[in-house]
Amino acid sequence: MVDGPYITIIKAFVLVNLLMGFFAVMTWVERRLIGRFQVRLGPNRVGPAGLLQPIADLGKLLRKQSMVPEGARPRLYLMAPFVSLFCAIGAFGLMPFGGVVTFPGTDVQFHLYIADSNVALLFVAALGSLGFYGLLVGGWASGSKYSLLGGMRAIAQLVSYEVAFTLAVIGVVIHSGSLSFITISEAQQQWVWYIVPQFLGFLVFMVAAVAESNRPPFDLTEADGEVVAGYHTEYGGMRFAMFANAEFINAITLSALAAVLFLAGPYGPGPTWLEPIWMLLKIGFFLFIFIWLRATVPRVRFDQLMSLGWKLLLPLATLNLLVTAFFVVYG
Amino acid sequence: MLDQVKGFSVTLRHLFRKPVTQQYPEYKRPVYPRFRGRHQLHRHDNGLEKCVGCSLCAAACPSDCIRVVAAENTADNRVSAGERYARIYEINMARCIFCGYCELACPFDAITLGNDFELSEISREALVYTKEMLLDKPIRRTPSKSVELFDEPAQEMERVLGMYEIVTATDPEGVPDDPEVGGLW
Repeated sequence: MVDGPYITIIKAFVLVNLLMGFFAVMTWVERRLIGRFQVRLGPNRVGPAGLLQPIADLGKLLRKQSMVPEGARPRLYLMAPFVSLFCAIGAFGLMPFGGVVTFPGTDVQFHLYIADSNVALLFVAALGSLGFYGLLVGGWASGSKYSLLGGMRAIAQLVSYEVAFTLAVIGVVIHSGSLSFITISEAQQQWVWYIVPQFLGFLVFMVAAVAESNRPPFDLTEADGEVVAGYHTEYGGMRFAMFANAEFINAITLSALAAVLFLAGPYGPGPTWLEPIWMLLKIGFFLFIFIWLRATVPRVRFDQLMSLGWKLLLPLATLNLLVTAFFVVYG
Repeated sequence: MLDQVKGFSVTLRHLFRKPVTQQYPEYKRPVYPRFRGRHQLHRHDNGLEKCVGCSLCAAACPSDCIRVVAAENTADNRVSAGERYARIYEINMARCIFCGYCELACPFDAITLGNDFELSEISREALVYTKEMLLDKPIRRTPSKSVELFDEPAQEMERVLGMYEIVTATDPEGVPDDPEVGGLW
């Protein structure tokens, strides 16, 4: 907390609600974009250009009966979506959207991020991994084999890609000498955006990030042809929506992380009040890449997923790390 | 690696193409003239029904959705041109598969299939069409065009015909030289 408890609570409230609104708009954007990628229109019936489609979906999901399937572990079954969603949203508390700003009309100053930590990167990675417990617990507690298989796939995927993911990120950490998002962003603004010296690391990070967010082409946890809907097969209504929400917010978090680590986060040319807009633009850019990937690449097979993670990404990330360390020390 | 880049460029190019979607309830794409839709019972010019209640359509129906109960024409109640007429003529549209066999079976061309396909109802009972409904004009009409005026489907037909000719020309078994035999229709 950098602003004292009251302002922090208000900021957290605003951030969570903005995040949910952004999520709702992004589901619409994603469906429209996927539609246009496939030379069709996408949802365009509810409201102008289909913009109210997320609200219609929400209304439909809210009216669903909340039920626990036979053979499920009720307490864990009901808890799992909350774990996922909490971890997904929690990671956003550390994302910087700019520096210090003054509230218009007053002299109240506050920061455009909720908290800065000297272990921010570790914290986000830890929350991301913790979120997978929601998937595993939900899959296991559903009492269905497809759910369990989906949950186990999620964990296997996470373990495989977390290694390459972390190694790719360490290159950035070596350059900036810090795990704090603020310091990392500022270091890039003073030197050069890390996408240039860390291009290999960036590529590895992007592939691992798509795998971490369980999005196509790495959405094996919910490969409908194999495990029905994976860990959320037995979920319906708002609990299903929470899983979907958590998954998409994870994608947004990883986009924000990519923006912070490789594109200097909120910093860019122009006056300081442009900073949140820069951050949003960068997040949107990465989300577009996520959607573009989904429209282009078919889902990988599980052995392909494993060999890509262990045989290609891990050596590449290690090489990138070694080269970076060499140049930082002797260069 | 170059192939991957190519693939991404293909999807990106598609992003800027005009969607091919036809917005159905607003734009109703005209159907083929030979499209098989809602049935129509016909009358002679003098007002008598063409149907004589022979039940051949019901016999031909693969989904068993036609029910015909015939009755004798009398001097003071002459309904059809034949000896008998259809006292009850019902088609269950929920069962009908629109194969057109009834049309083929009918010796008097009393029943034909029209072009209308918007037949949704909110109850199954409403889908059982009585003789009066079938004799009437359809409430909702579907636009249909003549083959000459057809836009895309006509091109599609030409494309199919073109493909057919290419196939027959290279067929090693040898197709009769007579162009009449080689045609699609």
